[in-house]
Amino acid sequence: MDLNIVWYILVGVLLTGYAVLDGFDLGVGTLHLFVKKDEHRRLLLNSIGPVWDGNEVWLVTGGGALFAAFPEAYATVFSGLYLAFMLLLCALIFRAVAIEFRSKEPWGWWRKLWDVAFSLGSFVSALLIGVAMGNMVIGLPLTPDHEYAGTFLSLLNPYALVVGITTVLLFVMHGAIYLAMKNDGELHDIIVGWIPRLIGLFITAYVVLNMLTLVYVPHVLKTVQSRPWILAIVLVGVLIVMNIPREMHKGRRFNAFLSSCLGMIAMMATFGATSFPYMVYSNPNPENSLTIYNAASTEKTLGIMLIIALIGVPIVLAYTACIYWIFRGKTRLTGHSY
Amino acid sequence: MDAEILARVQFAFTAAFHYIYPPLSIGLGIVLVVMEAIWLKTGNPLYHNMARYWTRVFALTFAIGVATGIVMEFEFGTNWATYSRFVGDIFGSALAAEGIFAFFLESGFLAILLFGWNKVGPKLHFFATCMVCFGAHFSAIWIVVANSWMQTPAGYHLETTVNGQAVRLPPEHVLTPADLGTVRAVIDDFWAMVFNPSSVDRLIHVVLGAWMAGAFLVISISAFYLLRKRHLDFAKASMKVGLIVGTVATLLQMVSGDFTAKGVLKNQPAKFAALEGVYQTEARTPMTVIGWVDPVKETVQGLKIPGLLSFLSYEDVNATVTGLHNIPSDDFLKARYPNASAEEITKIRRSYWPPVPATFQFYHIMISIGVALLVIVVIALFLLWSGRLFQTESKLTRAFLWVLVLSVLGPQIANQAGWFTAEIGRQPWIVYELLKTSEALSKVVTANHIVASLIMFTLVYLLLFLVFIFLLTRKIQHGPEHLDEDTEMPENWKAIIRTKEARA
Repeated sequence: MDLNIVWYILVGVLLTGYAVLDGFDLGVGTLHLFVKKDEHRRLLLNSIGPVWDGNEVWLVTGGGALFAAFPEAYATVFSGLYLAFMLLLCALIFRAVAIEFRSKEPWGWWRKLWDVAFSLGSFVSALLIGVAMGNMVIGLPLTPDHEYAGTFLSLLNPYALVVGITTVLLFVMHGAIYLAMKNDGELHDIIVGWIPRLIGLFITAYVVLNMLTLVYVPHVLKTVQSRPWILAIVLVGVLIVMNIPREMHKGRRFNAFLSSCLGMIAMMATFGATSFPYMVYSNPNPENSLTIYNAASTEKTLGIMLIIALIGVPIVLAYTACIYWIFRGKTRLTGHSY
Repeated sequence: MDAEILARVQFAFTAAFHYIYPPLSIGLGIVLVVMEAIWLKTGNPLYHNMARYWTRVFALTFAIGVATGIVMEFEFGTNWATYSRFVGDIFGSALAAEGIFAFFLESGFLAILLFGWNKVGPKLHFFATCMVCFGAHFSAIWIVVANSWMQTPAGYHLETTVNGQAVRLPPEHVLTPADLGTVRAVIDDFWAMVFNPSSVDRLIHVVLGAWMAGAFLVISISAFYLLRKRHLDFAKASMKVGLIVGTVATLLQMVSGDFTAKGVLKNQPAKFAALEGVYQTEARTPMTVIGWVDPVKETVQGLKIPGLLSFLSYEDVNATVTGLHNIPSDDFLKARYPNASAEEITKIRRSYWPPVPATFQFYHIMISIGVALLVIVVIALFLLWSGRLFQTESKLTRAFLWVLVLSVLGPQIANQAGWFTAEIGRQPWIVYELLKTSEALSKVVTANHIVASLIMFTLVYLLLFLVFIFLLTRKIQHGPEHLDEDTEMPENWKAIIRTKEARA
């Protein structure tokens, strides 16, 4: 296995880490306006309170790793999808500061304002991340020197929007299961009441999305035909998601959340296995595509970065696990809470 | 306006706004470590109370720092795609290292710092505070390394691709616009990149500036409480911690400033000449205390100290300082314009100068504020030593305390001015003497796109700034909580306080 493949996987791991971890934050945020009581909203915020910030670092580090390992892909995607990324940044800013600001003042209008900012920011972030993923699947129009040749509106094609909606539903389901695990009492019962419907909605969207992919994205169909084992990953993913209602029914909240995480990992693995070896697939004109070779840094940099990752990532995982352990158990509101 | 100016304005605006907050996180991080260490050592509950209060101020600055920092991570790609393609092999690894070594550490342990008071013991909490503080400093290390590489690139070579094969270009290769897209800078030596000629000087300078920002925030709020005669014990103790950190940082900053300026003289002579508006190469070069540059007549009017620049540069009042008319060198220009006549070379030379008046003024703002802050801490220490700093009945003390209240703006303005000096003084280069800023833009991003995002950021950041000031003011008005009112302090913490009090 050469270093380019290693880094393809590592960038994938970072982005998967982001999806799994910040995914529930964004899902919780999207659900925020659907719970009405102030106390419940504070419980929602404080369920993700100690961890959301660290979760978002997965995105920043994923972005940094993409820049370092595949600078051509970083430059093409971020300059090409300029307006979409600016909107995403705006949504992420509002979501982040709203968490900090919201409960600082008791006034109704103040809290309502930041509630909307938090919820809308989370929803728009999830949607745009999905839309970006969708566009990566169908491919971006690239010029021979790897510049984006489309427009902002061409990003909002129906297929990408379906991926966006599916992503929102996935994060909402994931977030709801996280909330069920982190809470008890009245809020817990409300959320648990929603979960079967949320799972149903997501599975419907996911099935529709997979069918659309096979019909409307011919190069993916071809890839899947040549790599039939991808279907096994999809199947495993679906089975894991099917396991969620079973665990919920048996009252095993943690197992349900774990299944949700594993399901997302399977979906990201499907995405990674289908896209390989492309970083950015060019559609039309596949010969202009960015691959893990023509978009990559030199072998020397990939090697240095691998050393950095081998030192850094285990430490990060160790203390992240410690922090999740320290803040295990049900969410309680105290004087330090948001 | 063209896309280049807009992209620069947008990047400068978002970076400058972001940079209000990280120095506060770094500086308050140090302050928090000191306060919690004193608390653990003495068991004095006052310091526990202080640590709690300043943690909340820290949390506010940290949240906005994170939210505005994500923008920076992606703006290299959005605005400067050509730059990103050209330097990704080198620059990207510093950013990735920042994420792995700094941001995770900072944000992970922040959870314990903010929410862990009731969950972990005092020692583990102190450890978490130290880790957050380390994380903030690591972040400064990697981002200053990345920026310093743009100022003084090292540890790399240029490479092009011919028929799919990488070909090493000789060190004297001059980059032309036609090269962009095929030629890139690639790493030779990672540690030479990290310890490039300006990294260490600039890192120390930036970190001390951040310590000053944190310390003067503490000094300012404490002075305000003293003036209002509120939370007096809290204010006096916080003032002392703030003054200690502030004095150490301000004194060291004078030394660091000297080193940094000498580094600029050695590595970036054009920037150095622009700092003082030196157009003609001459002996016994004066330094201007306050003045203005006339870029047409190429003169500097103002209050000058003869020979001081020569002395500071070479420890000799009669030394010669190279002026802009000899920078860049004829050899440098001839390599780029082999067919140009001597007169043409003189004309072209000017296009390689940074904007002199702006570089000059930002630099002088920074220096003046630095000196003013030094005077302020010296007076404050003298008043503290003579027991008059807390005599709030005295009119003179009150007047001085108001100066301290306002002093919070000093490091903030100086930090901004310092970065503007560094970045404007590097122009026209984005990577010094390698790649021009005008060549580094994203090709597919139009002026309209940038205008739209610039308007968006202006509105959003204006809102954020107002809310930040509002919440900080509310926090100051509310003041620290009283320890006896703290019903949530866990039993294990209370037990430690009791044993320490008993021992004392």
